[in-house]
Amino acid sequence: MGVELATERPGFYEMADIDVSDSELVYHVRDALKSVSQGDSDRYNQLIAVMHYTGRLAPDEVAMLVTSLKALSGSISYIDIIHHESLLSSIFGMSMWNYGPDVMDALVELIISLAASNGKFVDSCLDMLVRNFMPPKSYLDLLGHPRGLARKHEVLDRVHSALSHIADLVPLAPMRLTPIILQRMPHMFDKEALIVIYVESMLLLESSALGELVGSTMLMALVDRLIDLDVEISWDDIIHEDSGKGIFDMELEDVDDIIDHAEIDGFEHPRGTAGSQILGTNAVADKLDSLMVLICEHLKSCADGERLTKVFETLLQSFWVTVLNAYKSKFSQFVMFYACSLDPEHCGERFAVFLADIFVCRTHPALTRMSAVAYLASYLSRGKFLPLSLIASTLKRLVDWCLEYCHVQNGEEKTINLEAHRVFYSGCQAIMYVLCFRMRSMMDSHRLKSQLLHMPLEPIFCHQLDPLKVCLPSIVEEFLRQAKAAHLFTVSETFLFNNLLESDLSKAFGGMERLDMFFPFDPCLLKKCDRFIRPSFVYWSMVKTTYDDGEDCSSEEDINEYFDGNGKSYMESGITRSLDEHDLDLDEFEYQLNKMSITPRNSLKNGLIFKLENPFRMPARIRPSTSPESL
Amino acid sequence: MEGLKVSDANLVVYIHPSKAGKVSQSILRELSTLLFKYNEIFDGVVLAYDVTIQNKNAKVLPGIYPCFGVKLKAKMLLFSPKPDMLLEGKVVKLGKESLHVIVLGFSSASIAEEDIREEFRYRIKHGEEVFASTSHKRHVIKVGSMIQFLVKSFDEEILHISGSLIPVNTGSTKWLHKNMEEGSMVDRLETRKKKRKDDRSEMHEHSTELLDDVGFSLKNEGRPKKSKRQRHAEQS
Repeated sequence: MGVELATERPGFYEMADIDVSDSELVYHVRDALKSVSQGDSDRYNQLIAVMHYTGRLAPDEVAMLVTSLKALSGSISYIDIIHHESLLSSIFGMSMWNYGPDVMDALVELIISLAASNGKFVDSCLDMLVRNFMPPKSYLDLLGHPRGLARKHEVLDRVHSALSHIADLVPLAPMRLTPIILQRMPHMFDKEALIVIYVESMLLLESSALGELVGSTMLMALVDRLIDLDVEISWDDIIHEDSGKGIFDMELEDVDDIIDHAEIDGFEHPRGTAGSQILGTNAVADKLDSLMVLICEHLKSCADGERLTKVFETLLQSFWVTVLNAYKSKFSQFVMFYACSLDPEHCGERFAVFLADIFVCRTHPALTRMSAVAYLASYLSRGKFLPLSLIASTLKRLVDWCLEYCHVQNGEEKTINLEAHRVFYSGCQAIMYVLCFRMRSMMDSHRLKSQLLHMPLEPIFCHQLDPLKVCLPSIVEEFLRQAKAAHLFTVSETFLFNNLLESDLSKAFGGMERLDMFFPFDPCLLKKCDRFIRPSFVYWSMVKTTYDDGEDCSSEEDINEYFDGNGKSYMESGITRSLDEHDLDLDEFEYQLNKMSITPRNSLKNGLIFKLENPFRMPARIRPSTSPESL
Repeated sequence: MEGLKVSDANLVVYIHPSKAGKVSQSILRELSTLLFKYNEIFDGVVLAYDVTIQNKNAKVLPGIYPCFGVKLKAKMLLFSPKPDMLLEGKVVKLGKESLHVIVLGFSSASIAEEDIREEFRYRIKHGEEVFASTSHKRHVIKVGSMIQFLVKSFDEEILHISGSLIPVNTGSTKWLHKNMEEGSMVDRLETRKKKRKDDRSEMHEHSTELLDDVGFSLKNEGRPKKSKRQRHAEQS
């Protein structure tokens, strides 16, 4: 029986009079329902037909639909789950997005009554509401228009209030709701708009009254989804422009590997950094970006509502379970970074302490501990909001641990098994990395300076285990340079880096996963969520180093480059300026002199041939020879 | 309220070796997974438990993870409503066709229109939807009142009860408790109240008549009482 034209449609209420009262309609519907079990399904089928009205409805069709739904609400106890299966499936298949507010209200009323009346309907009612988190596929494009947006608010308001009503009437409903929401979550490869609108509803639930019961599951599912998307972005998608822009020396190491990526299969390589690098247009990255924006906005509202501490605990738990052990998560961890920046006192400190606890605790697997300390090092270095006292105290913890580790070693070994001591090496590298970023600020503060000078760094770094030889050379070099300028400890000038061997050594402790080259909070390459991160982020170019007395002194061989906005190197000006300084420290002067010379005394790349277009610019492609002859 | 019982149970909880350092915690954790779910063995929904460890020795189950079984004695508080039991709950939603109640804060119950006895009629009083008794004026059921109802059936999966207000001893608990205490006194009180009301309206009529006729002093009002009593004496 078609329902094409209003005039031709066989009316369910055969009488055309308007004076039919509500109770009469209810009795009419009840009769229709009752007669099904007696074999007479005519009126029942007509009722179902009303449910299937589609498209633009004429006013009398709307009225018909509304009255039918209301009459059904009044006949709940007559609805049988078996006899009236087709009616029920029609009702549950209705999408609120297709109708106006009147029909929506009547439908929602029916759903709530159904859920409250009989336990058997609860799951289907909840499922129907959850499905209404998303519009029908055809509607997705309309969402951008004001009309679509208005409809979205109408629907979602009603859906969420219906869920809360059902929870009031059936206290155990939230328990049934959680698995339904997780099951209905759009797949990673679905359209971005669909995923976004569903996640919006999940976050709405988290902040609603139901949030007490379902909130933590929602958040954890979201973080899982972030990691799923994160893992799908391959390093190949990360296009790097000029490797020379504002990098920290060690990044150059990364560039080498990236260039060789074609030869190395299935091997995760760290990315080069600096905000100028662009993540190529990538649907997965866009989805991840949008989701992270949603979560960051949600965290902001939690912070405004003073709920952040509680939400943070869930996030932390989720981080531990999902992100920490995910193989080199690329951007998902920035959610933690942003949450910490919103509340440095509690959340910021909590995160640092949490990571440090994992590192020092022996019962965790080595990879987890190494990953944790990599996160810690990157976090302490990049968090602009972190108080120096926290950084100092955490450093002290790491140093104390490393020192104790050194004491425990019997020192009899001739050849050091690097892998066995990998946790130690990652700890040392973490200390060095943090100090590269923070040494200057710490030295500028009297209290922290004395604290730093009293830290037993020398016994650790000069121990037989030789972390300075094993850790990533670029970090070691930068660290030593700053340490020297700060007179942190006396280091003999025997650290001529034979880069290749060192790469192998650091690779040995880093393992297959290359955790020696894992800097999780390197600048976020996602465009949209970057605006949340940027204000609280420390870029290497912003860092003042101990050897930096207000000018940039880099040599051509020095990979530590600073570029101003025009992409021109300041090096030239830096060198000329440094020559003008009269009151340079003698050591410093000597050091700079050495750097200015072309003879590769401090060269990091032995045996390399520079193809220099601009003599002061670092070439984008550096291919260290892997053969031993070049040493 | 019926439907609640305390049972003694002998349990064995198997604990993973990694939790050997915190046995009590993991026992409580394990038992907490039973809460608010219908358990066939106990024949009821577990609401609370009180546990004592019987023996410090536990038998180890051989296998990939050698879990060890701790023997416990527990007192379990169970909720197992059976048909024809009387339960109490709070009304959360009231409509012409149905009444929705929550029992013990977690179990939902609904009473359909046909299961509400004729005595109760759906009314809207002072803008509020209520079920008011036609024979007892004070007996009113509205959102927020506690009611006692009969169990018709119990859905074990979602813990939903289907109830009925047909029997005479069901309805608003406040009214039922009061009613049961005073017993037959109620009838006498009711009729006396009714009388007083009638008297008052008569008195009013009478006084206005007098005033109309004579139209002065209060003294005249005093007199009607006497005559009224007389009148009553005459009537009865």
